[in-house]
Amino acid sequence: MGSSLIDKIWAVHRVGQRGDGRDLIYIDRHVLHDLHAGHAFAGLQRNGRGVRRPDLTVSVPDHTIATRRAPGATGRSGSSFADSMRSGSAHFGITMLDIDDPRQGIVHVVSPELGIAIPGVTLGCPDSHASTVGAIGTLAFACGTSELEHVLATQVIAIHKPKLMLLRLDGMLKAGVTAKDVALHVIGQVGVAAGRGFAIEFAGSAVRAMDVDGRLALSNLTSEFGGRTSIIAPDDTTFQWCQGRECAPKGAAWDAAVSWWRTLTSDDDAAFDQRITIDCSELAPQMTWGTDPSQVAAINGHVPDPGTFEGKARNAADRALAYMDLQPGRPLEGLPIDRVFIGSCANSRISDLRAVAKFVDGRRVSPNVTAVVVPGSAAIKRMAEAEGIAKVLQDAGFQWHDSGCSMCAGVNGDIAKPGERCVSTTNRNFENRQGAGVRTHLASPLTAAAAALAGRIVDHRKAAE
Amino acid sequence: MEPFTTLTGVAASLPQDDLDTDQILPTPWLRDPKADFAKGLFGYLRRPAAGKTESDFVLEQPPFRQTRILVCGSNFGCGSSREHAVWAIKAFGIRCLIASSFADVFRENCLRNGVLAIRLPSEAMEELHRAVQSTAGATPFVVNLEEKRIVYPDGHALAFDISDHERDALLLGLDDIGLTERHLKEIEQWETTSRTSLPFLQDFRIAPFNPSNKSSEQ
Repeated sequence: MGSSLIDKIWAVHRVGQRGDGRDLIYIDRHVLHDLHAGHAFAGLQRNGRGVRRPDLTVSVPDHTIATRRAPGATGRSGSSFADSMRSGSAHFGITMLDIDDPRQGIVHVVSPELGIAIPGVTLGCPDSHASTVGAIGTLAFACGTSELEHVLATQVIAIHKPKLMLLRLDGMLKAGVTAKDVALHVIGQVGVAAGRGFAIEFAGSAVRAMDVDGRLALSNLTSEFGGRTSIIAPDDTTFQWCQGRECAPKGAAWDAAVSWWRTLTSDDDAAFDQRITIDCSELAPQMTWGTDPSQVAAINGHVPDPGTFEGKARNAADRALAYMDLQPGRPLEGLPIDRVFIGSCANSRISDLRAVAKFVDGRRVSPNVTAVVVPGSAAIKRMAEAEGIAKVLQDAGFQWHDSGCSMCAGVNGDIAKPGERCVSTTNRNFENRQGAGVRTHLASPLTAAAAALAGRIVDHRKAAE
Repeated sequence: MEPFTTLTGVAASLPQDDLDTDQILPTPWLRDPKADFAKGLFGYLRRPAAGKTESDFVLEQPPFRQTRILVCGSNFGCGSSREHAVWAIKAFGIRCLIASSFADVFRENCLRNGVLAIRLPSEAMEELHRAVQSTAGATPFVVNLEEKRIVYPDGHALAFDISDHERDALLLGLDDIGLTERHLKEIEQWETTSRTSLPFLQDFRIAPFNPSNKSSEQ
């Protein structure tokens, strides 16, 4: 019996087993964000503990910081959460990518961008979207604050080995269909809890054909079907993308790393507890109609009739349609919208912004729509400004912000108004997530851009013509 | 960690599936470092419906304001890994959650905060929801962790399963980090060995930011 990719990385990092049967898995890279860091630092101090490996730890504020500058301000404003992250990072000797650091950004965007996350390493992050970096072959562990404190104190995570799922996504995507559409479709097919208890390996021809930004978007949504971690076997696409990044290995170390990385694939006879295959060749762009990410339909489809669901799914659909103020059976297309948000660890990377700018070029955002673009990192923001993307978007009427989580989590106060309908490139359409009473429709950046211009939901493939 | 032994108190039924942590502790309370998490628990769900002055939400009904045991729907605690959701549950006074399933990280967060998260088969859950609803908060339920039993007001008992290690950790209030610190030598050994076998795992450097040296910007 062969080994899976996850088995291989697990075996390399297994320090031992604790008396309670949990494996101790070494964490090579530990990245913190502002929502949890201060709490964990306080916990360490309360218990007289230190940070065991500050040299393997990086902190970056993203959730709570402002993405808009106050009028006349030269710098960005932080938050009390960023303040406790700053004092704790200084106290424990942790490098912080602060709000004025040109490397600041959303933690899941910055980690791969700087080469903090690279193939074959383990990474801990106190965030459910830690699995994003699985896209480049990093085995990442989402955790809460207590586990964050545990990793800070010991540099290992104590965890039962999850079951393994192989999720094959096959087929060539049609023009205008993106990794985000694939991810939403997958969640719609398997449901919000299918990944619970599993570590997931994404494979298949559709995944192989994706660029790294696309794979990052796909892995990002793992939490939305219940998975704590996911991974994609690294390949030449990955290696080329990682090479030369600030923290990636250099010279002989790089060569040695690549030789090892080439062994990081699942053996043909590897055992998986579950295998799911989904064909993506006929997929249309996707959009959610409900209040969980599995409530999704093709953009040219209809809001379903809850009567077609059974039992509790029917109650959930009834509740979702009431919250979303949608009538069963109506087409998604044509639904008027108030707001568009392009950003988040799902879709805020340079290729997302390039695609949006190319689509928007020379056109105007509907006067009824507030449209906001928040780049995933300060580096992406500079790149977009240098390439003229920012100008195209601003000329079209999009707001152009500094990087951060912004309207995805809404923790920094970037929220929509009650009752507003928002097309969002984020990963969660939960009730009230983007503000009290806000109705969120998840979609790809292209779908969001098309909605911003039209002032209503449209199929961007038609709107581009 | 505060030990969990036997809990006697009001049980409430909240059967909605897939209640995510954004519902358990919504963002406005997360955002405010001085927020009262007890007030934030299910903050939006607890509001009166439009046009009403009184809330229909279970925890807002007088008998259930003292809820200690919350009987939930499946996949409870999905979504964000925010541990603040568990802190809010605890701040309200709830020490035991019972559901057919919990999201992975959420359950880990519960264990580390001395909140007992019991998993029961779906059939047992239906029975329990009915019993809790018919009791209407009038008489207490008992959760006995030592004996792994939920005792109804009429004395009827329902057995539940939990690993001995999880049970002991909760009963004794074990310090999770302390358990791992016993393995410090193995951790050091791993670091030494991997420096030779896969050196780049341990060889990590990130430059500190030097605001005066803007030319180092990418």
